[in-house]
Amino acid sequence: MNWLLDLTPDEWNAVRLSIKVATVAMLASLPPGILIALLLARGQFWGKTLVNGLVHLPLILPPVVTGYLLLLTFGKRGPAGAFLAEHFGIVFSFRWTGAALACGVMGFPLMVRAIRLSIEAVDRKMEAAAGTLGANPYWVFATITLPLILPGLIAGAILAFAKAMGEFGATITFVSNIPNETQTLPSAIYTFTQVPGGDEGALRLTLISIVISMAALVASEVLARRVGRRMDIE
Amino acid sequence: MTVLVDISHRLGDFSLDVRFESAGRLTALFGPSGSGKTTLIDMIAGLIRPDTGRIEVDGRVLVDTGAGIFVPKHKRRIGMVFQDARLFPHMSVASNLRYGRWFTPATERYAEMDAVVELLGIGPLLDRRPARLSGGEKQRVAIGRALLTSPRLLLMDEPLASLDEARKAEILPYIERLRDETKIPIVYVSHSVAEVARLATDVVTLSQGHVIASGPTEAVMQRLDLLPAEERAEGGAVLDTKVLHHDEIFGMTVLGSAAGEIRVPRLAMTTGARVRIRIRARDVMIATEKPTGLSALNILPGTIVAISPGEGATVEVGIDCNGATVLARITEQSRQGLKLRLGGKVFAVVKTVSFDRANTGAGLSVEADG
Repeated sequence: MNWLLDLTPDEWNAVRLSIKVATVAMLASLPPGILIALLLARGQFWGKTLVNGLVHLPLILPPVVTGYLLLLTFGKRGPAGAFLAEHFGIVFSFRWTGAALACGVMGFPLMVRAIRLSIEAVDRKMEAAAGTLGANPYWVFATITLPLILPGLIAGAILAFAKAMGEFGATITFVSNIPNETQTLPSAIYTFTQVPGGDEGALRLTLISIVISMAALVASEVLARRVGRRMDIE
Repeated sequence: MTVLVDISHRLGDFSLDVRFESAGRLTALFGPSGSGKTTLIDMIAGLIRPDTGRIEVDGRVLVDTGAGIFVPKHKRRIGMVFQDARLFPHMSVASNLRYGRWFTPATERYAEMDAVVELLGIGPLLDRRPARLSGGEKQRVAIGRALLTSPRLLLMDEPLASLDEARKAEILPYIERLRDETKIPIVYVSHSVAEVARLATDVVTLSQGHVIASGPTEAVMQRLDLLPAEERAEGGAVLDTKVLHHDEIFGMTVLGSAAGEIRVPRLAMTTGARVRIRIRARDVMIATEKPTGLSALNILPGTIVAISPGEGATVEVGIDCNGATVLARITEQSRQGLKLRLGGKVFAVVKTVSFDRANTGAGLSVEADG
């Protein structure tokens, strides 16, 4: 056990950084995730198929390609990157924020899928009933739709978190592999496998990675069950 | 307080062309399924936008397509009770009840939680989840939830249709109390003669998207030919009566009506209470002389005022009994055998046991009649 927990400072940093990046990626993609899921589930507009395709792109493209596209767009000289850096002071390239962006983009299709399915399962008659009771569309969303899709929301968030914990290709392409800044768990494991005598470290981080992912899964199960019990849908 | 609806609407092959105005305390939109009554009530609630037309409630214009007015559903202050209750599964009964209160301006709130809970007998349910309620309990909570928004008008869309007979009998008295004890006008959608005859003060009969009759319940229900085919058997005269006294020896209640005394099985009502009864046309026999040696207890003298062909080999005979019309459905053979004709003096004979819970209900209270 000591062998497992006896991490070097760099290894600890990789663990902490991974959790931070995955958490930020998950939280930051929730609002746009809900919005896009709503749009795809309920919206009737021209180009819906295109939006759907764009959302799913990171799922089907090689991660390296996604990473490179991010580098072109959000890199120092990329149009979006330059704009954000100049006007808001947000810099992505070679920062942990860039890793979070890459992880968020890679997990986005999974999150949107889960939320969209749960929105499509909502009985719209409930929303109509809330409307006749005086709730305007925003209140209906906040008090009826949102609580009813909570299980899907949790599932989507956990999927995005797990995806972020394992993201490698896009992250390393976009923000490289800098210890303490962009070296997440997968990058650290990869680095260990590239040097002689790194097996022990790679194994340690692999086990830690498994533990974190399992913990996230269990947490989501517990949460979903609690929400389900509270709801008790007929 | 009046409801005015004057709309035309097309839904594929179906066209709805309806105009009616009602100031009744409980107006029934009555007709077979597919006659457009649910579409109509959805339009009053604001769930459907009519192609053209106008809807007014108590002088307030809710829809006027000519002037481009369409008040959204959450601003109409119209309560709606759906056939499938639609209680929010993620909230307790108490939270469901309180839901609409948030959205009602404080100055316009008249419904009190305690009074509504008492009126509907839902006190013991408050902490439960909707999934743990029976169908009848759900429907009572749904009524309470709509009432607590302090609506200007209450719409009920076949609230009893998905319940069994026992549950219907459980809820009907609550709807009668609602009609008699609150001042909220009600528009009630139904395809059941029993419900309409028992609850409605006014009836608008619909068929294939058009109004075929409207007016006070007693008058509209006389028209047996306008009833939906599957409800014909239930059709009959609707009489408003009063409890004269109870016959404790034989377990009966004697009701006073314009047509004379009518004996029905014992009712749990006090002397003087108003009772609305429906005498099914198929339960009425006709005699040309006052019968003797007959088990039936109700023998009402009267004059034939109408004879119209019924279904198949039957005819429907209207008998004016001192101002109240009783309807009888008999065979054509009997009519010819008895030589019945307009103006003939006859006796309408009704068995006491033909009255049951489905066709006797609380009548309109006296104070509210005016």
